[in-house]
Amino acid sequence: MKTKLIAGLLGTAAALAFAGAASAATLDDVKAKGFVQCGANTGLAGFGAPDDAGNWKGFDIDFCRALAAAIFDDPNAVKFSPLSAKERFTALQSGEVDVLARNSTWTISRDTSLGLDFRAVNYYDGQGFMVRKDLGVSSALQLSGASVCVQTGTTTELNLADYFKANNLQYNPVVFEKQEDVNAAYDAGRCDVYTTDQSGLYSVRLTLKDPDNHVVLPEIISKEPLGPVVRHGDNQWGDIVAWVHYAMLTAEEFGITQANVEEMKNSDNPEIKRILGMEADTKLGTDLGLTNDWVARIVKHVGNYGEVFERNIGQGSDLKIARGLNALWNKGGLQYAPPIR
Amino acid sequence: MSLVENSDARADRPSSWLNDARVRGVIYQVLVFVSVVAFIAWIVRNTVENLNRLNIASGFGFLNGRAGFDLGQSLVPYSSDSTYWDALYVGLLNTILVAGIGIVTATILGFLVGVGRLSRNWLVARLCTVYVEFFRNIPPLLVIFFWYFGVLSILPQPRESIELPFGGYLNNRGFKLAKPIFEDGFNLVLVALVVGIVATILLARWAKARQMATGQQFPVAWSALGLIIGLPVAAFLATGSPLSFEYPQKGTFNLTGGVQIGPEFMSLYLALSFYTAAFIAEIVRGGILGISKGQTEAAYSLGIRPGPTMRLVIIPQALRIIIPPLTSQYLNLTKNSSLAIAIGYADLVAVGGTILNQTGQAIEIVAIWMLIYLALSLATSAFMNWFNSKMALVER
Repeated sequence: MKTKLIAGLLGTAAALAFAGAASAATLDDVKAKGFVQCGANTGLAGFGAPDDAGNWKGFDIDFCRALAAAIFDDPNAVKFSPLSAKERFTALQSGEVDVLARNSTWTISRDTSLGLDFRAVNYYDGQGFMVRKDLGVSSALQLSGASVCVQTGTTTELNLADYFKANNLQYNPVVFEKQEDVNAAYDAGRCDVYTTDQSGLYSVRLTLKDPDNHVVLPEIISKEPLGPVVRHGDNQWGDIVAWVHYAMLTAEEFGITQANVEEMKNSDNPEIKRILGMEADTKLGTDLGLTNDWVARIVKHVGNYGEVFERNIGQGSDLKIARGLNALWNKGGLQYAPPIR
Repeated sequence: MSLVENSDARADRPSSWLNDARVRGVIYQVLVFVSVVAFIAWIVRNTVENLNRLNIASGFGFLNGRAGFDLGQSLVPYSSDSTYWDALYVGLLNTILVAGIGIVTATILGFLVGVGRLSRNWLVARLCTVYVEFFRNIPPLLVIFFWYFGVLSILPQPRESIELPFGGYLNNRGFKLAKPIFEDGFNLVLVALVVGIVATILLARWAKARQMATGQQFPVAWSALGLIIGLPVAAFLATGSPLSFEYPQKGTFNLTGGVQIGPEFMSLYLALSFYTAAFIAEIVRGGILGISKGQTEAAYSLGIRPGPTMRLVIIPQALRIIIPPLTSQYLNLTKNSSLAIAIGYADLVAVGGTILNQTGQAIEIVAIWMLIYLALSLATSAFMNWFNSKMALVER
């Protein structure tokens, strides 16, 4: 484990040392090799994890598939690199992956000092706490003196320190590098509290030995806007990644679904025609570096934002997470796409 | 004749300097040196260029920033308000702590097992053999997992802690021990301890000099015991027992108060000690077997009993063989302590990794890691080389 990590870090350092100065546009590279290399979680059920058959499934995984569908008209033209919290940004910096879709929080320092760009928020999250029911704890403010399991190298780790300090509570951090290690330690009772993004807590709870014996506390102690990340400086690639997300939102907004996308192409509504690339002489897709039917391709292969949400983490999944902040803007949420025109 | 003439002619001709072996040697060395320097310069330039191109901040200034994260184990005061430097310092101290205690334990255990393997007692010898073959043939990471997941995680939850003597507890959060609280007057006890140790050293010197001169022995061991333990105890009683204990109390989540020794430290410490002790045992056995049997026979023929023969004749000679490979084992143990990251012990690599990830300064952190481990290893080597030269055969 250690050697792999060190090797990875040295590899990154070496990549920075040896890489040629010139670098082609990411879109051209991706088209040349024929697939998108996507940085994924090492295993967070519902968001990004391989299933029993080894197929990657999840909310973030579907984002990468949508990207591949938009470029290649094939949602399987994508390869996944499982990355720990610690490895993820260096893997992106060094060009090991083309895009990172791994529930990463957008912060100013990550956006400005790492040579990376966050281009969209595909999930609005916040940090929460999970404890065993038999402790009888009902609020995070009762956690003084607890041992808290947390994954290293995350904003979670920093929010945790800030929250306990601000509320004058004592705690003992138990820190692991890999999500699986944190899960195992919490399940074995090494710590009293598990903290991560609330969506993650619901996901982790499913994998515990006795999910019913654990409760997620009501407090949300931070803002965690999660979204795909790209390297700084390649604006065309950044635009594509951002607009793939907006395309999925727009499709939901206009009621374009995986089932009806073909008949919607013949719709009389000029907006829907424009979105699906059926407007005469449209250049919306080609200006982006894609084909004009890019939105239709995404919806046909992967579905709109709402479908992806419900299928992976919403009512159609074991997680049963409510849309909440992630509802569309006109349904009381924060998900808002700039107009496709 | 013609042969001789020819060779003379060749000797008279000014031979090209290119054929001079020494000149060639210098040229080759200069070429190699220049290409190595050029290679390094190219790497550095390329790295800097790439970092600039990718818009990644570089330099070591970030280490003065506020760390913002907490650490589970710390020997010095540390909070999330401390700087990254402080965090690295905590990590370094944790590494030195586990490596230092690990080296001491591994050495003692290794010597016992190594000597035990040569024992004439069948059971002792076989047990030691099994120990060595078991621990040296398992990767150290698995030994750490064995202790962490296999042994310590099946200990009871805090609410069902096992009670230990003297107010201590054992549970799956590790050991909780009574914390000594030193009151006024305890300094005197420490002074008595130092006086006892100094007096013992002086006594030992005097006894040795007397034995050299007259052949009479003096019971140094018993006197030392009296001086080192007796004096502080007397001082302790005379000052009115200036020591009390803070006992762990049951709290909401865990026991509060007292001293906590976490399972991460225990696992790492036990694993490193047991693993390295297996190698040290073999080195010790090799060292002892490397001494000619004639030495033992000579000692016996002089009427020296087996115990003193081992202590005064065999071990001092064996040490000369043992110390150099022992140094390598100490270095291995120190470096293996970086496996701490697997179980979340806040050592140098774990803390550095956290900083790396929070700041994204990969190259700087990797450089710091390398520099510190290099410095630790060189310091250990330097000490062991000094010790080795003290032990080396002094030819008279």
